[in-house]
Amino acid sequence: MSSGNLILIALIIPLAATVLIALANKLPNLREAITLLSAVALIIVVYSILPLVLDGNSPGLLLFEIFPGLEIYFELEPLGMLFACIASLLWLINSIYSIGYMRGNNESNQTRFYIFFAIAIFSTIGVAFAGNLVTLFIFYEVLTLSTYPLVTHKGTQDAIHGGRVYLGILLSTSICFFLSAIIWTNVLADTTDFKTGGILNHVNDNSIILLLLLLYAYGIGKAALMPMHKWLPAAMVAPTPVSALLHAVAVVKAGVFSIVKIVSYIFSPALLSDIIELNFLLYLSGATIIIASIIALKSDNLKRRLAYSTISQLSYVIMATAILVPISIMGAAMHILAHAFGKITLFFAAGSIYTASGKTKVSELDGIGRAMPWTMGAFAIGSLSMIGVPPTAGFLSKWFILQGAFTIESWFAVTVIVISTLLNAAYFLPIVYMAFFKEAKSHNTISNGEAPLPIVLALCFTALMTIVLFLYPVYAMQILTLLTGNVS
Amino acid sequence: MLSNHLPILQVVIPLIFAPVCVILRNGTLSWVLASLVSCITFIIACLLLTSVSGGNNITYALGGWVAPAGIEYHVDLLTAYMLLIINAVAAVVVIAARESMASEIASDRLYLFYAAFLLNLTGLLGVVMTGDAFNLFVFIEIASLSSYAMISISRDRRCLYAAFKYLILGTIGASFILISVGLLYAVTGTLNIFDLSDRLGNVENTNTVITALIFFTIGIAIKAAIFPLHLWLPDAYTYSPVIVSTFLAGTTTKVFIYALIRFIYSLFGYEFSFNQLVLNDLLMILACGAVLYGSIQAIRQDSIKRLLAYSSIAQIGYMVLGISIATELGLAASLAHVFNHAVIKVALFLSVACIIYRYNTEMISQLHGISKFMPYTSACFLFGGLSLIGIPLTAGFTSKWLLIQASFSAGYWSLVIIIVFSSILSILYVWKVVEAAYFKTPAVELSNNNTQNAPRLLYIALFIFVLANLYFGTETSVNIGFAKDIAYGLVN
Amino acid sequence: MEILGLFNYWAVIFLMMSGLYIIIAHDNLVKKLIGINIFQTSIFILFISLGKVSGGTAPVLTESAQLYSSPLPHVLILTAIVVGISTTALGLAIIIRIYKAFGTIEDNEIQQEL
Repeated sequence: MSSGNLILIALIIPLAATVLIALANKLPNLREAITLLSAVALIIVVYSILPLVLDGNSPGLLLFEIFPGLEIYFELEPLGMLFACIASLLWLINSIYSIGYMRGNNESNQTRFYIFFAIAIFSTIGVAFAGNLVTLFIFYEVLTLSTYPLVTHKGTQDAIHGGRVYLGILLSTSICFFLSAIIWTNVLADTTDFKTGGILNHVNDNSIILLLLLLYAYGIGKAALMPMHKWLPAAMVAPTPVSALLHAVAVVKAGVFSIVKIVSYIFSPALLSDIIELNFLLYLSGATIIIASIIALKSDNLKRRLAYSTISQLSYVIMATAILVPISIMGAAMHILAHAFGKITLFFAAGSIYTASGKTKVSELDGIGRAMPWTMGAFAIGSLSMIGVPPTAGFLSKWFILQGAFTIESWFAVTVIVISTLLNAAYFLPIVYMAFFKEAKSHNTISNGEAPLPIVLALCFTALMTIVLFLYPVYAMQILTLLTGNVS
Repeated sequence: MLSNHLPILQVVIPLIFAPVCVILRNGTLSWVLASLVSCITFIIACLLLTSVSGGNNITYALGGWVAPAGIEYHVDLLTAYMLLIINAVAAVVVIAARESMASEIASDRLYLFYAAFLLNLTGLLGVVMTGDAFNLFVFIEIASLSSYAMISISRDRRCLYAAFKYLILGTIGASFILISVGLLYAVTGTLNIFDLSDRLGNVENTNTVITALIFFTIGIAIKAAIFPLHLWLPDAYTYSPVIVSTFLAGTTTKVFIYALIRFIYSLFGYEFSFNQLVLNDLLMILACGAVLYGSIQAIRQDSIKRLLAYSSIAQIGYMVLGISIATELGLAASLAHVFNHAVIKVALFLSVACIIYRYNTEMISQLHGISKFMPYTSACFLFGGLSLIGIPLTAGFTSKWLLIQASFSAGYWSLVIIIVFSSILSILYVWKVVEAAYFKTPAVELSNNNTQNAPRLLYIALFIFVLANLYFGTETSVNIGFAKDIAYGLVN
Repeated sequence: MEILGLFNYWAVIFLMMSGLYIIIAHDNLVKKLIGINIFQTSIFILFISLGKVSGGTAPVLTESAQLYSSPLPHVLILTAIVVGISTTALGLAIIIRIYKAFGTIEDNEIQQEL
């Protein structure tokens, strides 16, 4: 089968799943079977494209042309491939988890939930495979719109309010800044294709380049660079599987992925490092890392703490990109991967605690580790990965980023990484400690043991993956090496 | 040969059948007649479009009197493009109109509505078709007078006042256009638009011509509801029967935008209007005002019809903005938006028509949770709204893209900021409706089962236009393709 | 002298402004309509003045007219008068219905009732 067809099939699978899920509205078991089967099918397709990319090919597919200069075009390159692999794999895991969570909590409107989830995955794959900015933008917007019903799933006043913030910030930043920047790029370069070496090299005016970079950095609100981060905590009103996959993996990763991709293939790091005198992206992301970590430290709500931790981890990726050397960009990509598995584990654990005991606050978790050893064990591994301690994947990415920071001798970046590592430890380790070593408060009767089996299975798998990635990083490294080849 | 007479048939067929409606004195028969007539004119428009799309223009001398002495009908790509928009909207809306109109106005007045509708169609088609400046004025007045009548036909007494206000302002506008035509005639001695443009070359800088241009611009600005001369529009759209609002929103103001483009590019000349008189600067300021004012006002409305009316003012601002950028791309953006906005607004108004038919209200505060009871209508409104905001893969996105691209290429940074800012405002007012429809607790009155769901034809019309929004967002050879060709033809 | 020679245009401007003033200043809807009529009349005079050539004759039933006034403006104005009458008729019809519906034809009183 030709590679173009494979790309098309990868997009069609989640889309077809939505139709089938809608048809199976009245039959929950069939409906969930469809979700799982299509997730498996997607994994097979995506991983069958993988060898092509590893061989150094970049298959493309021109779907159609809206009008000249505005094409829906897909092209594979290492970074997008990596993102697609993460998203498709985690869709399966997350679906297993969702089944446990949604049934365990008797959520309403479950069909709607699965439908929009599949659409969100469809748009994530679209973002990953996008061959030009226009395609990227289109799927980026579809992702925003399709996750809105998921965020407001509960339909309460809080959910509506959270949804409004979510949609308001993401849509307005993307239309205001991102779209303007894309059209501007199109006017300057007469194309919006992602090309190795960038497409803006002929622009002589440095201030235009810097302004464009600023527009992209804030236009991609999904990357949650402060002060465009408010939507992320607001979106925590969603059910946990949504927070887990979308706000720890698909949505936010689509944001930082877009930034890495734009810096690598629209500007090219070489161009930027030549002209950038004050590396504002570095400082903005550094500030975001520290501020978000401090807010996380002060939050008692577990999901809110995780949300702010996500914000700070996203800025790691942006900062790594802003260091503008191949090794740090490799670190950025690695961090996308490592954070995906680490953070989804943490969210899974938070949802597991909520399902089993109804607890949402950090201060209520004393002694819970004894009742839920698997959950809290996975939580501990996820935390270690966030902090960047071996043997977890988080260590590898931090290593690369630090190496990059030393290469350009940016002491600012080094300091930020050191301080934030301490802060990370300060807000994650006490949870682990309290859960395992403190006595449960007497009036606060601890629960009925572990959460349903699908939940436990899912979170153990992701925790395991975090360690496996550290021990066997061969395949990941292979993709990342290709990426560094493209950006250097 | 009949096919040689298509240009005149286009205008005369609705004109002849309008009085027939009055003679019939029967609502249903008049509806059948009006539907048939608008289908026929739509087919003629398609035929005209195919015959001019190759690049050869058609001229038709009325009664065999050759221009400049006689009146000439002139069909080029711009004309055919406008004919297509008007006729498509007219045909679909009038076919869908029957039950909705019957529920909104007294049954013994129905035939009068269809007569007025056909006259309005005549006027609009005539404005687009004619190559004669005075004839243009006459057709403008035919269109306007019949629209005053259509607005005042509603049961709601406030429509009368709205119609009268429109009548006063509209007549002043038309008179200004007439003065402009008179002044042009005084300096050139001809009324044919193309002949005029040839002869103006020698006398361009006289005060008479400049005054003529000013009078014309103001007159058209009133008629096309360009801010700040838009005062008649919100009331007219709000209080008239919803089918009338739909039709007016889809056609009337667009036709006057057409007249503006035609006069600037084919008559006064691009060089004279923009480079010497800097009309574009004036238009740009007005357009920016329109875009911001219309959007902000729209956010404050509770009536969906009024909200859409203010949004129309903002969207007209976009069209004028495209013209005022004064480049080929800007003009193309403006023309594409004329098309797209017709498709968007008709879809939105038709979904409001469905809601009004069933619940007899268009107040957002009374329609909480309506998506539970009218899921298809709400979904259609959602898609129409997304297109209005300019979400990718909808028609609205394509023209917004062109508009921003044109602003960038011409170096107008401030315009980009205004366009994107007003897009945010449009998210706010569209979301106001969507949120009420989807995420508020359903109002008790809505769960009343005795209400009658909207008629099937109305739904079909709605679906056609919503699908058109998606179709023209992906396959753009009609809207963007023709708009670019036309702009190329007019500028060069 | 030149200013006086253009007296018909002065008349046009005077009528035009009076008409506009009446439309704006009066609350009574009928008076507004009268204002519109005066305004339109001024335009008719403008057109007819344009066609007049001093000493010219009407080019009717004669082949030998050397100097003649252009007949075209008169034709146009006949049409414009028809348009004006239609507008007035429609305006009056609406006013009658407004009177039936609101019980008044004063602008400010209607606005209070809206």
